[in-house]
Amino acid sequence: MGDILAFAEQRSGQLRGTAREAVGTAARIAAKLGGNAHALMIGAPGISGSAGSLGAVGAETVRVAEHDGLGEYIPEAYAEVVAELVRSGSYEAVVFSATAQGKDLAPRVAALLDVPLASDVTALEAVDGAIRITRPVYAGKAFATVSIAASPVVVSIRPNVFIAEDRAAAGAVEAFTPTLGEGAIQTRVIEFRAAAGGSIDVAEASVVVSGGRGLKDPENWGLLEDLRDALGTEAALGASRAVVDAGWRSHGEQVGQTGKTVAPKLYFAVGISGAIQHLAGMRTSGTIVAINKDPDAPIFGVADYGIVGDALEVLPRLAEEIRTLKAGA
Amino acid sequence: MNIAVCIKRVPDTETRIRLAEGATAIDPDGVKYVVSPYDEIAVEAALRIRDAAGEGEVTVITFGDAKSQETLRSALAMGADRAVLLTGEATMDGLATAKTLAAALQDIDAGLILFGAKAADGDQQQVGPMVATILQRPCATNVGNFSLKGDSVECHREVEGGTEVVELPLPAVISITKGEFEPRYASLKGIMAAKRKPLEEVEATPQDIRLNVEQLALPPERTAGRIVGEGVDAVPELVRILREEAGVL
Ligand SMILES: Cc1cc2nc3c(=O)[nH]c(=O)nc-3n(C[C@H](O)[C@H](O)[C@H](O)COP(=O)(O)OP(=O)(O)OC[C@H]3O[C@@H](n4cnc5c(N)ncnc54)[C@H](O)[C@@H]3O)c2cc1C
Ligand SMILES: Nc1ncnc2c1ncn2[C@@H]1O[C@H](COP(=O)(O)O)[C@@H](O)[C@H]1O
Repeated sequence: MGDILAFAEQRSGQLRGTAREAVGTAARIAAKLGGNAHALMIGAPGISGSAGSLGAVGAETVRVAEHDGLGEYIPEAYAEVVAELVRSGSYEAVVFSATAQGKDLAPRVAALLDVPLASDVTALEAVDGAIRITRPVYAGKAFATVSIAASPVVVSIRPNVFIAEDRAAAGAVEAFTPTLGEGAIQTRVIEFRAAAGGSIDVAEASVVVSGGRGLKDPENWGLLEDLRDALGTEAALGASRAVVDAGWRSHGEQVGQTGKTVAPKLYFAVGISGAIQHLAGMRTSGTIVAINKDPDAPIFGVADYGIVGDALEVLPRLAEEIRTLKAGA
Repeated sequence: MNIAVCIKRVPDTETRIRLAEGATAIDPDGVKYVVSPYDEIAVEAALRIRDAAGEGEVTVITFGDAKSQETLRSALAMGADRAVLLTGEATMDGLATAKTLAAALQDIDAGLILFGAKAADGDQQQVGPMVATILQRPCATNVGNFSLKGDSVECHREVEGGTEVVELPLPAVISITKGEFEPRYASLKGIMAAKRKPLEEVEATPQDIRLNVEQLALPPERTAGRIVGEGVDAVPELVRILREEAGVL
């Protein structure tokens, strides 16, 4: 009893950073409940290479389901595999990361197990043997404490919020051979079209540089990209809805109530007024910096630090100063 | 081909959230309710598919209280053909919601069932794929664009770092995000016509609600910080602060 399973997402055999967050969270809760954390990886034959590394964040065992048909993410088949492993154990909880894959997979697993799901959780605690869940609602305009009266408790956790602690555990790698019946695979993956620009998603980045209509022209995005590059590989671009609607940027970058909710440690809002729907998506960021030429822009009401000025002038200097600083550090 | 679209009544995204007494729900006083934004996009997608095919019906379905009639009428005004109201109290337990919807959807002959990627209240992003799992139909989530290809549907899923193109056999379930289907405004004619379109009401009580909201809280207020300065000259000081005081560089 008290064991917790974490789904460890991989891409092309590489564990994603969020996998460590999921396993670390499972280990932290399992320790409180007197059980162990297990991890599950699913993919094509050959993915087990990185599995053992999950021991460092607390995985007692890492089950690896390798299968020729599972090299790509086939949702209905992945869900069957997870559900089969969960049924074979006695798990108190199952933890997914609320990434694109986790958000797709977790509801299917929950439905197969006939238990509810709490999505995009921002706090997870074991209190007196029960699991207490906190999750944002109304795009972060409020937080709900929810309880789940079913077993196992299934959650997906928001990327970037849970830090995996060092917690040495065995990390024993064991094969898991799923049954996968006839007709288990219905989805056919045709192709992946990479978006231009950085590969790190705005919802997972630890630094976000967002631009709005104040940048005047899509041509000026080069300035934001330059700042992003200066900030390092953990930085991603974001956008206000105004510039997405104008077709300057893709919806994948939109931050806010009808875009992504982000909580990076550092958020730059450049030429963004700070409409309520935008604030909903970024107000829980660690440090917020606003650059806006209007001193009365509402964004300054939530920003920790601001510069009043023309973004087109401020951006190049900011990128330069940050580069100098990082070069010296 | 018939299409069913599940839509939900939610507070307008402009709403400033205040908590009701007891802090387990929001204070509905003065809140304007709308069709959840992504659901509106799903309705638009359904209408375009129907109109391109020149046949088939679009049915909109919601599970909610009597006020959700308005939500359904909005979708009928956009052009949906008929509506079903499963009358009951909406819950954050997505599985209970999914079971309620799935039971009703079973009786509707639909080649496609569309959902919003997320409802703009609970943001759970789960009801669509749960219904698909219950009905044992293939499903693609977070789809910005899709097109019919004979007896299958090609979906463009928005995922980290790009777009994943997948193909599903029909009948299928799709959850829709913003992309190709910018929703239309209802015309006056559409609004008038909506009043005469069929809206069926069925009593629905979810079987077991096992996910409960114990408490709602507002996020800690963020107080305005400080303006470091004006223009380019303020940049060095900002960078110094971010490194030395905030420790984020
Ligand atoms: C249903 C619904 C959902 C929505 N969802 C979202 C959402 O998810 N995300 C979102 O962002 N919005 C959303 N919105 C839109 C939101 O209400 C605002 O319209 C939008 O956020 C404004 O974008 P903006 O700040 O880029 O543009 P504006 O409001 O036009 O602001 C531009 C800012 O740039 C400043 N500026 C101008 N020139 C310069 C310069 N040279 N240098 C520096 N600053 C300059 C201006 O002072 C101004 O503050 C939603 C709206 C609705 C109705
Ligand atoms: N009570 C409901 N009635 C009808 N459809 C719903 C209901 N709740 C959720 N949905 C549908 O499921 C989608 C995802 O909702 P959620 O999982 O709650 O974020 C919504 O965009 C709707 O399409």
